[in-house]
Amino acid sequence: MTDSPYILQAKNLTKIYGENVIFKDISLDVKKGETIVIIGPSGTGKSTLLRCLNLLTPVNSGQIFLEGEEITAHGVDHDQVRQKIGMVFQNFLLFNHLTALGNVMIGLTKVKKMPTEKAKQKALHELERVGLADRAHHYPAQLSGGQQQRVAIARALAMDPLVMLFDEPTSALDPELIGEVLGVMEQLAHEHMTMLVVTHEMGFAREVADRIIFMEKGRIVEQGSPEELFEHPQHARTREFLGKISELYGKKEKK
Amino acid sequence: MINQFFAYILQGTSVTVAVTLVALPLGLILGLLFALIYNYGGFWVSRFAAVYSLVMRGVPPIALLFILYFLLSGQMVNLSPFWAGSISLGIISSAYQMEILRGALQAVGEGQMIAARAIGMTRLQAIRYIIIPQAIRLAIPPWSNEASIVLKDSSLVYAIGVPEILRRAQQLSATTQQPFLAFGAAALIYFVLVFLVNRGLDLLAEKTKLPASMA
Repeated sequence: MTDSPYILQAKNLTKIYGENVIFKDISLDVKKGETIVIIGPSGTGKSTLLRCLNLLTPVNSGQIFLEGEEITAHGVDHDQVRQKIGMVFQNFLLFNHLTALGNVMIGLTKVKKMPTEKAKQKALHELERVGLADRAHHYPAQLSGGQQQRVAIARALAMDPLVMLFDEPTSALDPELIGEVLGVMEQLAHEHMTMLVVTHEMGFAREVADRIIFMEKGRIVEQGSPEELFEHPQHARTREFLGKISELYGKKEKK
Repeated sequence: MINQFFAYILQGTSVTVAVTLVALPLGLILGLLFALIYNYGGFWVSRFAAVYSLVMRGVPPIALLFILYFLLSGQMVNLSPFWAGSISLGIISSAYQMEILRGALQAVGEGQMIAARAIGMTRLQAIRYIIIPQAIRLAIPPWSNEASIVLKDSSLVYAIGVPEILRRAQQLSATTQQPFLAFGAAALIYFVLVFLVNRGLDLLAEKTKLPASMA
């Protein structure tokens, strides 16, 4: 089963809250090492999709496979699955009572039951990866938003996930702090971390994504390489959306 | 004369402190349990906790104390007045401590739970390692208030014959005909005890305080 070429696969996912269909019949294949960027207007179910993929929110129907094993099957230990899927949130959600080091360590010591000293070494290494080894003993409140988000990335990386999910990781940041977070993500992409990124950062999407998925009203409208989507979008809605977004953020990116 | 006065009442202090040291931790354990049940339990257990709190807080402590006392030192169980009284006070306090901790747990915010689950923690691990350490910090100031209330309410066990500060003051007042002196001395001792407890907890709050935001 584990010889599946896909790390993460979603088949016909549907999520309904009460009367509201959040998304319907979404299928998705994520290859190892691939960076996928999901774009689309607000409220189209992008964030909910990420939360469903790591089982934080149950889907109403459909199946999810991690390394070929169905994780939506009955009797699957959700906590075990979540160890293997890293998640980074829009509002960082660092543990406020722990230092940067403590935030990265706690999953190792309490979930993976790693000995403290070993966990500390690994945590320091992860903080180094995001350029924050010198902030190890700072509490979240003593860090800038960009630094907090990088600690959150380190916290997720420490669990050695198979895939990382990013839910609008820069949306809550001041403009001048966005770069440092995108920089870390870009570096991860170069290291062939498998990533699924919901973002409005078109520059990042264009430069880093292997594939872009355009979602609207709970459906995947179109997907393809950045080249295909930016230069030759097939659907009018994709064109319109990218046009608006580029007008807002990306004028200088046009050559 | 005044020295003897004080000495006699002061002997009750150890009883008062002992009653408080039983009631307060018991109330904390029960209160935390009920707060967790209320916040994270299923529908029926959560309703049960809510009703428990409502009833316990809706009846005067002295009335509850008598009811619980006669339950705890009756036919089935037979505890000494000291233990029956202390445990009763603990049960009464648990409802108030539950409310304090319930609010503190909620104030920690849903996001912390989600983040903890996202790195693979079970619900219990998240509550234990992420939610409770933050909630306790938030709870210290209101808990300090509850601690002084329990300390003062320990005087209620006087009604079931436990020889604590107030009971001794009352005896003195009756034998010496000096009610002002007797109750004044009792009041002074209570005040000093409450002051010490509050100062101690202030220090604890200061010590465990997280660094403030850079803003």
